[in-house]
Amino acid sequence: MNRRPFLKLVSALTLAGTLTATAASADTIRIGAVAPKTGGLAGGATVTQWPSIYLWVDQVNAAGGLTVDGEQMMIELIEYDDQTNPGETIKAVQRLATQDEAHFIIAPYGTGLNLAAAPLFDRYGYPQIAVSAITDQQPELSDKFPNMFFTLGTTTALAADLVGVLTDMREAGDLGNRVAMVNVADAFGIELATAAKPLFLEAGFELVYETSYPLGTQDLSPVIKGAAAAEPDAFVAWSYPPDTFGLTEQAMIEDIDVQAFYTAVATPFPSYGGRFGAAADGVLGAGGVNPDSPAFQEYAKAHMELTGAAPDYWASATTYASLEILAQSIEAVGLDREAVSDHLRETTFETVLGPIAFDENNSNPAFWTVGQWQDGVFVGVASRDRDGTAPVILKDGWK
Amino acid sequence: MDILITGILLGGTYALIAIGLNLQYGVARIMNLANGEILVAGGYLAFIAYVSLQLSPLLTIFLVAPLAFALNWLIYRVMLQPLVNRAKTRGQLETDSILATFGMSFIGVGLMLGFFGGDYFSYSFMAVPLQLLGSTYGANRVIAFCMAVLICGALYLWLNRSRAGLSIRAIATAPASARLVGIDVKRLSALAFALGGAVTAVGGALISTYLTLDASTGVVFTLKALIIVIMGGVGDVRGTIVAALLLGIVETAVASLLDPGLTLAAAYILFLGILLFRPQGLFGKTTT
Repeated sequence: MNRRPFLKLVSALTLAGTLTATAASADTIRIGAVAPKTGGLAGGATVTQWPSIYLWVDQVNAAGGLTVDGEQMMIELIEYDDQTNPGETIKAVQRLATQDEAHFIIAPYGTGLNLAAAPLFDRYGYPQIAVSAITDQQPELSDKFPNMFFTLGTTTALAADLVGVLTDMREAGDLGNRVAMVNVADAFGIELATAAKPLFLEAGFELVYETSYPLGTQDLSPVIKGAAAAEPDAFVAWSYPPDTFGLTEQAMIEDIDVQAFYTAVATPFPSYGGRFGAAADGVLGAGGVNPDSPAFQEYAKAHMELTGAAPDYWASATTYASLEILAQSIEAVGLDREAVSDHLRETTFETVLGPIAFDENNSNPAFWTVGQWQDGVFVGVASRDRDGTAPVILKDGWK
Repeated sequence: MDILITGILLGGTYALIAIGLNLQYGVARIMNLANGEILVAGGYLAFIAYVSLQLSPLLTIFLVAPLAFALNWLIYRVMLQPLVNRAKTRGQLETDSILATFGMSFIGVGLMLGFFGGDYFSYSFMAVPLQLLGSTYGANRVIAFCMAVLICGALYLWLNRSRAGLSIRAIATAPASARLVGIDVKRLSALAFALGGAVTAVGGALISTYLTLDASTGVVFTLKALIIVIMGGVGDVRGTIVAALLLGIVETAVASLLDPGLTLAAAYILFLGILLFRPQGLFGKTTT
């Protein structure tokens, strides 16, 4: 028996993931989505991106669809796995635009993948409301791609607000001057470390330990031991999900004695709090939300009910807000993509995060920057123009 | 001293990752690129057992091992045996098996995504400090290391003391001649492949106590295992263990003394050096 064709078929099917080519029908709005389901960023996208998309589609369709020119239209979701590969993201966007004739395409996941897809969104005239794309290049990018929008903030804001939080703690007499800073040797980590270093020095902090480690490092104990040996008062890591977990666990084991402990991406994931429990108390991280706001609580509840998992305390709600913005624009001006982009520039939208309006650089100027685990919840402790900022607490051991 | 112990502990992790592939490649001649997926699957089982049943990963491995053994035996019989039968040369078998297992790795990722979702699975098990000669180490890493020593030791003894082990070594050295002296190459190859899979899955269960995995991280482990097996020499348990320890110590020394950013570079320089001066691997026999 010749098994080869069968094997090829099965691999091809798996590769294709959930490719669902669909016939065009007139009375549905075709919304394309491309984000990792496999590859390096799959873990993050599975927590942050996909559940909010499913939730939004489910809610819109349960309510009878969107009202376009007085007519109710249901949403049809066409989704692709880009395998965390920019080449695949580009192919998928192209396919969505040309083959599937999607009316709108949800922005991809991750800074790199959003940047890779931006020229195609631009060429086919799709608005790209990027969420997990944090960069300082927003003015240049929105200049080059006028329909690209940013919601989650900039690199410098993220770094500057952390420096601000630590400075406030120092002024209050709670924190010394010595900072250990490490970063993952990847675009995100390098950009943040580069932005943070001068800010720390300007604020009068002393960087007593500085290093980077490769993505996917399996033993981070040399990093934590090196940092601990420098006797810092604060530990800051511009880290990605697997190393955020790894660094925290090593810090627990080493019992590193700091008054402030910061890890970046994945710190606001519910699984972080779930894994470290009480030891997570006082850990600072990138992002944040106002967990007490009724809008967030309602969203979190619906998220839990539909997907069986809690949203993260940062980009999940922003992803959902970006879809609310898209829906409101479609209902206001219809399926004309150029008109939707113009509407995005001009309007203030009511979202789960509160009001969002884009500035002259297509950027949302109101976002969360620093959060902290306090009693099992990750609360926002620093933001740009967001309500509900909680006071910072000191990191008190690793019990 | 601290560097040495940390390095040896990391080496234990690497040995867990690579020793199963060594058996599969050395004896069954299957360069199994789905090795990492089997490892991640083992980790998944440990995670689920721990989260839903509070079952210690140290007990789960007794469930993981027979399951993985059966699964790998099945994979070998159904999928790889036909390739072995029709291969005229060893080179052809390697090419075929690489392609087949590469495809299998995608199926593995797809299945795990379907069953478990793409979320990170991480849990805290024995993440407590352990004092050793004045420094602290994660108890979970120390336990995994002890298990690695046990597994590697048992494999070594079995291969060198038992009759089946002798036959397996004979196949590893000279597959064609082994048949002439009455060794059931087919049966033992399947056995070695299944055993390799079981060891890998158990390694995954142990590793999941301190590393954060998700459905698509398998390839990272496959690559590491490949490097270690090739460095150590194909078909020799000792070579894999020495190579794993060497890699662990070098990476830790570079991370502690120079810069953690240089660990990858150091690992590949070591790999290159060994390939240049001992292309057959540390303990490999020169091919005839």
